[in-house]
Amino acid sequence: MNPHVILRVVAKFLIPLIAVFAFYVQFHGDYGPGGGFQAGVILAAAVILYALIFGLDAAKKAVPPSAVRVGMSLGVLLYGGTGVVTWLLGANYLEYGVLASDPADGQHYGILTVELGVLFSVASVMVAIFYAFGSRQPDLSDEDW
Amino acid sequence: MIPSVLILDITLMALLVVVAVSIVRMRSLFAIVMLQGVYSLVSAAWFVSLDAVDVAFTEAAVGAGVSTILMLSAMLLADRESKPIEMRRQVGPLMVVIVTGIALFYAIPDMPAFGDANSPANAYVGMDYIDRTTDEIHIPNVVTAVLASYRGFDTFGEVVVIFAAGLGVLLLLGLNGNAGKWRARPNGVSVCSTALPSAQDAIGESVASLANKRKTEQAAAEAAKDAGSPS
Repeated sequence: MNPHVILRVVAKFLIPLIAVFAFYVQFHGDYGPGGGFQAGVILAAAVILYALIFGLDAAKKAVPPSAVRVGMSLGVLLYGGTGVVTWLLGANYLEYGVLASDPADGQHYGILTVELGVLFSVASVMVAIFYAFGSRQPDLSDEDW
Repeated sequence: MIPSVLILDITLMALLVVVAVSIVRMRSLFAIVMLQGVYSLVSAAWFVSLDAVDVAFTEAAVGAGVSTILMLSAMLLADRESKPIEMRRQVGPLMVVIVTGIALFYAIPDMPAFGDANSPANAYVGMDYIDRTTDEIHIPNVVTAVLASYRGFDTFGEVVVIFAAGLGVLLLLGLNGNAGKWRARPNGVSVCSTALPSAQDAIGESVASLANKRKTEQAAAEAAKDAGSPS
């Protein structure tokens, strides 16, 4: 019998909710408090909670380190790339107005893409730092704490 | 009649002081790390009471969640107890803290009142952003408009800083914690690693066997002591 059965059952119920809440914070950022950074850390917290309860190896199967590495760079590329696209469309760097025919719509698309970039980068970096530290020591039994 | 928000604020601040004082008085690093998580969580609740929900999100997720875990991982590579520092070495830091505290209290009357519309932060460019966001961006949340659009360069810089931090940790430790060789002495048991990922399992075994060896040695020493001293 696993001594952490309550933890596991509660976590299995909570982790999807935390992840969904992260996406709510992300995509509702235009209307309420929140945005890419907040959503990113909440998403990373969901992954880290999973790793704490089910072990680092299970977490690495769910969110492979290679994906984390790609996500880190993808976020920065997405943000910087938006700026390059506005450049190519003839405006200043990160001047989103040119992304659509109506400048206000362009601002919407720009903010959405940029916040998505922030989400990718922040979530990936947090998980990457956790993986880097967490992998440095073998799993401890409960008594060793 | 005291407003209920004031009671809430005072309660939360008092909790923060209690947690901070107990952190200072603790010796067990595990308990200190956990109390730091509690401190962050109480701060997050306080930020909600100050209407800074964004900051509260971040504080709860980073302060109480991620950084507590990182501190735990760091703690595992060190001793579990902090050693008490002798009195005369504590005098200097105490003086610095007292002087800084007095300076901060001295500066409080010059701070603008909470939510003051004429404070420098709200009056000039902030007012401008609030006026223009509705027309130019059509979104209700001014904070998002400022962060992502008006101050897009700043936010880009922040993302690059976070990326650089992650990159630095990965270069030093590696995603699997095995970039280069490393050594640590948790609880006096010396642990070292080779660069090979396959060495990870071997480390686990060596730690376990070392700990066992220490236990058996201690038991043997005690047994010898018991046998040696006729009671």
